[in-house]
Parts: sequence; structure tokens; C-alpha cells
Amino acid sequence: MRLLPLIPELVRQLFREPATNRFPAKYLPPTVTGFLRDVASGKTRLIPPVPTPPEFRGKIAYARDTCIGCGLCTKICPSHAIELLPTKKVRIWVDQCIFCSQCTSICPKSSLSMSAEFLLADEDRYSENLIVE
Amino acid sequence: MAPDEKKAPYTVQIGPVHPALKEPVMFTFEMEGEQVKAVDFAPGQTHRGIEWMGMRRNPVQIVHLTDRICGICGVVHTLSFSLAVEQIAEIQVPERADYIRSILHEFERIQSHLLWAGVAAHELGFDSLLHLTWRVREQAMDVIENLTGNRVNYGIVQVGGVRRDIAPEQHPAIEQCLSAYEGLLEKLLNLFLDDRTIAMRCRDCGILTRKDAIELCTVGPTARASGVNVDLRQDYPYAAYGDLDVRAILPEQHMGETHGDVFDRIVVRLLEVGQSCQIIRQCLSEMPAGPITAEEKLAKLLLICKKAQGEAIGRVEAPRGECLHYVRMDGKESPTAWKVKASSYSNLMSWIPMLIGEQIADIPIIVASIDPCLSCTDRVAVVREGQRSILTKEYLHRLSVEKTRRLQR
Repeated sequence: MRLLPLIPELVRQLFREPATNRFPAKYLPPTVTGFLRDVASGKTRLIPPVPTPPEFRGKIAYARDTCIGCGLCTKICPSHAIELLPTKKVRIWVDQCIFCSQCTSICPKSSLSMSAEFLLADEDRYSENLIVE
Repeated sequence: MAPDEKKAPYTVQIGPVHPALKEPVMFTFEMEGEQVKAVDFAPGQTHRGIEWMGMRRNPVQIVHLTDRICGICGVVHTLSFSLAVEQIAEIQVPERADYIRSILHEFERIQSHLLWAGVAAHELGFDSLLHLTWRVREQAMDVIENLTGNRVNYGIVQVGGVRRDIAPEQHPAIEQCLSAYEGLLEKLLNLFLDDRTIAMRCRDCGILTRKDAIELCTVGPTARASGVNVDLRQDYPYAAYGDLDVRAILPEQHMGETHGDVFDRIVVRLLEVGQSCQIIRQCLSEMPAGPITAEEKLAKLLLICKKAQGEAIGRVEAPRGECLHYVRMDGKESPTAWKVKASSYSNLMSWIPMLIGEQIADIPIIVASIDPCLSCTDRVAVVREGQRSILTKEYLHRLSVEKTRRLQR
């Protein structure tokens, strides 16, 4: 039994790159909106997020034209996030979505799919960004 | 304050939310100086009504709800619920699906045990070890994300099989992760078990004797650390475990003796990480080809589940011990009854013999040593007019007798 076997590991750790990916910036910017404006105008660079794995389940994507309005997705959605509209199309409330991808597997016309988009934080749960139709 | 209350034993309350506890539970300690004389605890602070939600959904939906009972045991609860429904609906799961289930189940065990090891180090005040363990845990999380599409709440198990196959091009990623862990295990064992500070804090601290462990029906690593040879994977094999060589890991295999203390629980959990790596290897090499689900068409699966009648129990060895789902279906869309017994439910009572006689500073590590998962455990909270009440066994029995009489009339 040694006293502190972790010491050599800790010393080694001092000279290693941090394991964390510093998305979106190395240090917290004073204002996030200001930072995003700077990124848009090309003044600073955004550190990219870790790439998503293949078949990642991100924000739902809906192909409205191919949808036949069968309503199977509304029946299978565990969180009741899908609403069948009177126009025989569906509306998806992404704020309720649990990203299980069950609706995309039951859809007979493959109108629903999961995109790789994952930055979905919003102040308003009814914002346009969070309603897919 | 009355003069009597100033005398020992003092009452110290920890909880319901306390920085030393990672989960909400309310402890009341009777202290004499630094020593714990008596303990009482009140779980039930995080009741979420998941079973109530489940009774209004069909089995295919409930599977995703079970995913969210526990943030760590995603596969465990879905698998256990699916096993129960498959028994009722008499669905034969394809062999390949069983193997994929086992592989994911073991990856989950790896990440859960590493998470716990980090928490244990943190409770000991050893935060550099916490960061190291959680860094290596990321590798398992990455593989799980690669296989299922999500880091947590995998949504991979479905009634009748699994939803995603393991493609040959995913094998190298798994292989890389496994060999990394097999190399790391030696290092982790060295860091945890050869460290004198950890040994001084954990040896002979929070002892649960073999007799107590059996009497209190503890399960999983908590029971195994006390020398009880229980492991559902060896005792009642499910999924692919019948074909695999799984033996319960007991502390005397590594240390040569069983103390039943916190240190032994660290030993058991770390060794199980290595065991899980071996099981995944074995699964990958023996995995047969074939379909991954008994019923590919979900609409048809819904119909089968709707017709099903009967009751069944699904049991699974979770990282924390045995997890049990009872399901009763009466030919309706949603089950008539669904009862979840998370593994921590069986382990909570072992806190009392563990904590009595211990120092106040050791409370956090002893509480954390059974890997409590109270949010999964809390099923019923009775609050009437702002007053919490405890339902005794006799009262519940009387209620059930009354109901039976009512039904007989």
C-alpha cells in the first residue's frame, strides 16, 4: 500500500490538454448575444461542438408534402407532443418531444426524421423554433 | 427550549436536500458526541407519479417512460418492463436482440459503476480522483451514444427486441473502448485500493454483516460486498446471460477476505467493470445473425399488446441490484397495473445497521456506498391535508380485505 498513488497521474495531467471541448468559446464571454454578433460579423471564431454520432436523434424534421395524415405518430408519441390538425397534417411541439424517435419508425411514408440539430434552448416554449409543422 | 432537550442524545437532521447527499432523502440522527446512536430516514421526497402516467399509455409508449425512471439505468428499466410484457403477450425475442440487449446492459453497468466510483471519491473529499474517473467514464458514454443515438435515455429496447442493430463498422469503436478499459482497470484498482487515505476512511466503516444483508434482503453489489452470493445474471438468467459465463463477484476473490464495509463495495464495483468488459467481448464474438425484433411493424405490435391478457414480472440485475417490474394487462390499450420496484428500494434499509455507531463525518460516504437512487425508488407518497402519513402493513392489509369483501358482494 502506497501513500498517494494518484500524485504521478496528477503531475502528468498538468501537461495534458483538457478533456473538455470548450464550446462555444474558451472562456465565458461577457455577453452571449454580443459574442454571437461578433461571430456573425467574423470578428471572433466559434469553437465547434463535438460532432454528433451517426443516426443521432436531434430536432425532428417533418416533410409536410408526403404526410398522409394517418395519425399513427400521434398514437405512439409517449409525451403527446404531436397534434393531428384538421387539415390532416401534424404539428410537433418540440418542447414536449423526448427524442425517442418512435414516430419516425412508425411513419408509413417516412415523413418524419430526426435531424442532427441539438441547440434547442429557448426562453419561450411556443417560439417558432420549437414548433414543427 | 426545555432543559431536557439540551442533553445527549442530540438530534441532527440531514436532508431532505443536502449537499452531502446526492439524492433527496431525509435523515434524522440521534447523536452522542460524534457517534451515531440511532437513525431514521424518510424517503418519498421525489414522487413523480410515473406509474400513474404509464396506466394512461400503451406499452410501446411506456417503454420510453421507463427509460426516464432513472437517468442512469436506461436499459435496465426498459428491459425489465419489456420482459414482463413479452411474457404476457407471448412474444419470442430473437436471439440477436438478446445479445444486443446484454451488450448495452453491460455498457450501462460500466458507466454506472464508474459514476459511482467518482461520487464515492467525491464524498471522501478526493475530488481529483472524481475528475479522473468521470473522464474515463466518457468513453463508455461515447460508445453508448454511438450505438443508440443518445448519451442518456437511450430508447433502444422495445417490446419484442431492440430498435437498432450493431453494425460491423461499429465493432472497432466498441473494441477500442473495451481494450482501453481493460488497460485502465489495473490503474483504477491501484488508485482506489492502494491509496492509504481511501483505505483509512473506508476500511471497517459502514459494516453490513452477511446475516444483516440476508435478513434485510439487500441486492446487487451491496449484498455481494457482504459476501452474499447473489446475482440475477447467474441465478435467473435473462436476455443472453444463459449462454454466457457470469459469476457473481465477491470481495474475497480479490482481497482474500470479506469485511462487508465501504471498501469492499468499492472492490466489488470496480471488479464488475472488468467483468462487464469480458461479457461484452463474449457477446460480440458469439452474437448470431438474424432479425433484431420479433415484430417490425409497430402498428402490429400495438395490436398484439392490446390483445394480451395476464400478468407477469420482469426481473433484471441493474447496476444497483435487482430491479423488478410487475405488469398486468387486461386486453386494453394500457396496462391495468404497473408496479416498479427499483433496486435501491431493497437496499435502503441496510443504511440503519451500517450507520449505527459510525462517526458523523463518515455519514456521506456510507450513505453513498449503497449507490442509492431515490428518485427511481419513490413510488407512493401519501399526503393528506398537508400531513404525511405512513401506511403500515396492517393498515394496507385491512384495506385490501375490505376491497375484496366489496368486490365479493
